[in-house]
Amino acid sequence: MISTLGRFSLALAFGLALYGVVVSVLGARRRRPSLVESGRGAVYAVFGLASFAVLLMEAALVGRDFSVQYVARNGSLGTPLFYTIIALWGALEGSILLWIWILALMTLLAVVIEGGRSREAIPYVTAVLLSIQVFFLFLATFPANPFTPLFPPPADGRGPNPLLQNHPLMAIHPPCLYAGYVGWSVPYAFAMAALISGRLGEDWIRTVRRWSIVAWGFLTIGIILGGWWSYAVLGWGGYWAWDPVENASFLPWLTGTAFLHTVMVQERRKMLKVWNLALIITTFSLTIFGTFLTRSGILSSVHAFSESTIGPLFLAFIALILLVSFGLLVYRSDGLKAEGDLESLVSRESAFLMNNLLLLGFAFAVFLGTLFPLLSEAVRGVKVSVGEPFFNTVNVPIGLVLIFLMGVGPLIAWRRASLESLRRTFTIPLILAFLGTGVSSFLGVRGLYPLLAFAAAVFAATTVIQEFVRGARTRRRITGEGYLAALSNLTRRGRRRYGGLIVHLGVVLVAIGITASTVFRQEKEVTLARGESLHLGRYQVRFDELSAWQEPHRFVVQGTFTVLNSARKVAEMRPSKRFYRSEQQPIGTVDVRSTPREDLYLILSSFAQDGSSATLKMLIRPLVMWIWIGGAVMALGALVAIWPDRRRVLAAEAAKERVAWQPGRS
Amino acid sequence: MTKKTKLLFGGIIVAAALGYLIYGGIREAAVYYITPSELKAKEASAADKSFRLGGMVVPGSLHWEPQTLRLSFLLSDGKEQVAVEHTGSPPDLFKEGAGAIVEGKYTNGQLFRASTILAKHSEEYRPPQPGQVQAKDLYRTLMKPQGERR
Repeated sequence: MISTLGRFSLALAFGLALYGVVVSVLGARRRRPSLVESGRGAVYAVFGLASFAVLLMEAALVGRDFSVQYVARNGSLGTPLFYTIIALWGALEGSILLWIWILALMTLLAVVIEGGRSREAIPYVTAVLLSIQVFFLFLATFPANPFTPLFPPPADGRGPNPLLQNHPLMAIHPPCLYAGYVGWSVPYAFAMAALISGRLGEDWIRTVRRWSIVAWGFLTIGIILGGWWSYAVLGWGGYWAWDPVENASFLPWLTGTAFLHTVMVQERRKMLKVWNLALIITTFSLTIFGTFLTRSGILSSVHAFSESTIGPLFLAFIALILLVSFGLLVYRSDGLKAEGDLESLVSRESAFLMNNLLLLGFAFAVFLGTLFPLLSEAVRGVKVSVGEPFFNTVNVPIGLVLIFLMGVGPLIAWRRASLESLRRTFTIPLILAFLGTGVSSFLGVRGLYPLLAFAAAVFAATTVIQEFVRGARTRRRITGEGYLAALSNLTRRGRRRYGGLIVHLGVVLVAIGITASTVFRQEKEVTLARGESLHLGRYQVRFDELSAWQEPHRFVVQGTFTVLNSARKVAEMRPSKRFYRSEQQPIGTVDVRSTPREDLYLILSSFAQDGSSATLKMLIRPLVMWIWIGGAVMALGALVAIWPDRRRVLAAEAAKERVAWQPGRS
Repeated sequence: MTKKTKLLFGGIIVAAALGYLIYGGIREAAVYYITPSELKAKEASAADKSFRLGGMVVPGSLHWEPQTLRLSFLLSDGKEQVAVEHTGSPPDLFKEGAGAIVEGKYTNGQLFRASTILAKHSEEYRPPQPGQVQAKDLYRTLMKPQGERR
């Protein structure tokens, strides 16, 4: 029943999306508002059907309807309700369904929100977004149908992959990441609409900026939460392993970040038009490429789902996107001549160019490192991989320069910066950066890169804080407001600018967290008899006991350890191993004690079966928490940057009313 | 020089630096995947270079000493076997008869010192094999009254 309904609604959505593409293009070409209106109807219908399909799948999962193959594979009678609900994105077919729903939602929002302001572009935007939807609906209708029936239905299902039912972060990490991926479809659609219609003015750029910040924000949250999940679940004490799937999410983030910066150059100086379009196309293609890497299983990764047949389809789709998009870009290149010119090498424009060069170099290195095993096998016939050392050698220096530039870019003047203004702006940050280097060296930081990292971080952070303080002080002098009021009004008046500065502050926190947790990492592994202790850093960890019990869907073996700091008890920690019914091997579950200063990370590596001894691995990683906090600050900055102004809302409403009152509009 | 050429010049320098970084990084960090047979075949030239060795853990060859954390086993590709040694606990998904990839160096042509062990996690369900310790048995051994030792 559910299976039939589900397949029917997906097939219908597929047909309607295809219809929507055709009528939108026809409507725009022949200037027939009724056809355009019909395309808009298709957008609503596809969203309705996609929502219905998601609800059906949830009903099947929660109702444990094992006649649906997906439920039989990813649900079980013993799985708790929470993990049953989020099993929607636990495997390939379900995650494509979620993707479709998010894309349907974004399409709907784009059409509803931008329909009034960009009336000329919207039919093409609709057509492009629905075309992408057609591809994913095709996948869900044919090769990766989530509603494939299973006969006879088994008495119980296999349950989700244990790694995916071990932590509540699984509830938000994948949806955020998908929203980040799918979000880039909207800027891409507007860019394509501009190219197709030949309306290459600055309108589409303005529209696209907010959508890109939204997509960028979700992608940022998704990536940071992914690191957090890896840290809390995978039990190796790290948060980023340069794993292919992690890299796949990082690539569009890098190119998207590059776009968010050069788009300002286009708005201000009407330069870099081709460049910006190319960046949007690249970013969008990389989001599809990322899904391809995750879903096709061509590279082994902890995150990859099992191999499936949809790989070639994805490759064909990416090839089509690149061909059509860059083809259009070349075709329209006459209308994309720069109207401004670079006036000085010491200016914000050139800081942005430098930032773009580095971000793209960074992205290229990540891309190459990720695909290197494939490339070397194809070219030389040998399997070679480049692991963490490669990414660290190449990307750490690039990252350091980027952090430094992050302090320079927002403060240096457009067009031409005078020596006097440079001195006024950068004296304090530079002095503090030197002081910071001295202090961190005094605290025990050694090595060129770590010292440079702290110096760059202090420099960038100081420029941001200085900017806020100076702005607030000026405002206070003029308006007589209090400091806090001045600060909040300042931010409200220049949301994009100050939002961006807040994002930079977040990046600095992340950088400090990464550097400190890597440089000052301590680690020790020993086997302890009951009552024995492990000593590491300031801590003494005593093995108290081992206990075990059966839960409905798993069997748990847990060690209890008392953590003492100079003979004072600070915590009791309980790392465990969990044995899932469907797995032959246990899944280790770490216990982490987070404080702003440092994280204590306990892993129960092994235990004697009679409970007399346990092998414990302990890590101390300083300042890890600041990585997550930095991620939150970045998300906050993005939110500040896109928060609608009162003026903007009013203008949009006025525009909508004008449209609504147009005579002859159905 | 005009600003355009200066800019181009600067861009080329930065791009060249990036290229050099990437090239050097790959040369330094490239790790070859090989099988035990391939490793045996090039014993002499394999010394002091890092490899990723893939194979199956030979049943009955796995030894782990909890006190010293010394882990040793044989890795086989069906034709040749290589003795592997590692310091640390066996990863959760690591077991006899299953595939594993180890990264490390082949010292003195006899022993592969692994710095990292990667066990392949399978999504597919396989029924437990005979002779394998079941979760229930673990439960029983752990629930034994305290003081009683095997």
